[in-house]
Amino acid sequence: MNHDALHILLADDDDDDRLFFRDAIAEVKVKTIVSMVNDGVELMTRLNNPEISIPNLLFLDLNMPRKSGMECLREIRSNNKLKDLTIAIYSTSASEVDIEETFVKGANIYIKKPNDFEELKNILDRVITLNWQYHTAGLNRETFILNIS
Amino acid sequence: MDAARLSKKIYLMLRINFLVLATMKLHIKYDFNICCKVVLQEQLDKLELPYTITGLGEVELKGTVSTQKYNELESALRKYGIEIIDNPKNVFTQKVKDVIIEMIYLEEALPTLTISAHLAERLNKSYGYIATTFSEVTYTSIQNFITLHKIERAKQEINAGKETLTEIAWKLNFSSVAHLSREFKKLTGLTPTAFQRIIKKRKEVELSEAKIGKH
Repeated sequence: MNHDALHILLADDDDDDRLFFRDAIAEVKVKTIVSMVNDGVELMTRLNNPEISIPNLLFLDLNMPRKSGMECLREIRSNNKLKDLTIAIYSTSASEVDIEETFVKGANIYIKKPNDFEELKNILDRVITLNWQYHTAGLNRETFILNIS
Repeated sequence: MDAARLSKKIYLMLRINFLVLATMKLHIKYDFNICCKVVLQEQLDKLELPYTITGLGEVELKGTVSTQKYNELESALRKYGIEIIDNPKNVFTQKVKDVIIEMIYLEEALPTLTISAHLAERLNKSYGYIATTFSEVTYTSIQNFITLHKIERAKQEINAGKETLTEIAWKLNFSSVAHLSREFKKLTGLTPTAFQRIIKKRKEVELSEAKIGKH
């Protein structure tokens, strides 16, 4: 078991956003392993596949074809096997109502997608560092909520 | 209760709430020192290793231990969230964390002495040394770690709903509610009031889903 590397999964249908994300995360100081899926159906298939290990942290786009991020969030939070998965909503919207609704439905983090590379890098750094502390410092995950919008 | 969840660090959640039945909630409080000690004893006994538990987080093994047994012990303990620390700087950092956590969670209210002075006194090292070593080992500064845990305790208190924000701020040594709210917002992106509302709504959703599940 690798204690140092954080396993990250990004669910996003936009090619550019995925590339942008991959480059930014490569510069974060915590060691990470990054996997990607293109939509909600692919995401749920992967998470429900017992042969693939569950990631530590999921970045979830709300606006995806076939199955929306909101539907995925609901499915994940009603599945006991996925209770330890930290969910970061990764969205272009920053409406207060959307944000609060995702938190109520069990999201831990809400990130409004930034357009600036440096900003994305800083946000990812902050999110990953904090999540890493939740792994190692015994903080209560059930009340882990972070809003970066 | 699931034994695998009795991890070393779980004592931070002084009150855990979990749903047994849709209508019944048990509030549990336990002594993490006893939990860990029992787990340790059981695992060491199982591997037939002669030992003495010399203190909080310290075990002395008598005689030499084969690599195979060491590895077996390591993986047996990992299941409970207990980790063997073998690098001196990690050991020291763990002690620093223990002292901070003890101060923040186990006292009714935080001591008025500054945390840095308290740490230096308890660990018998200069604060400069403590802070530098801490940053080398963790990915964060000691000050961030302290704030993180103070806000974590504030979350617990808000969640419990027994005290006002003014009382919580005073207990945790914030100079005012505004100061607590500022630190809270800086760390979580939410005001304590918004946090409170979200937690309350989550509980309502859980409750209604549990009811649906029952029908």
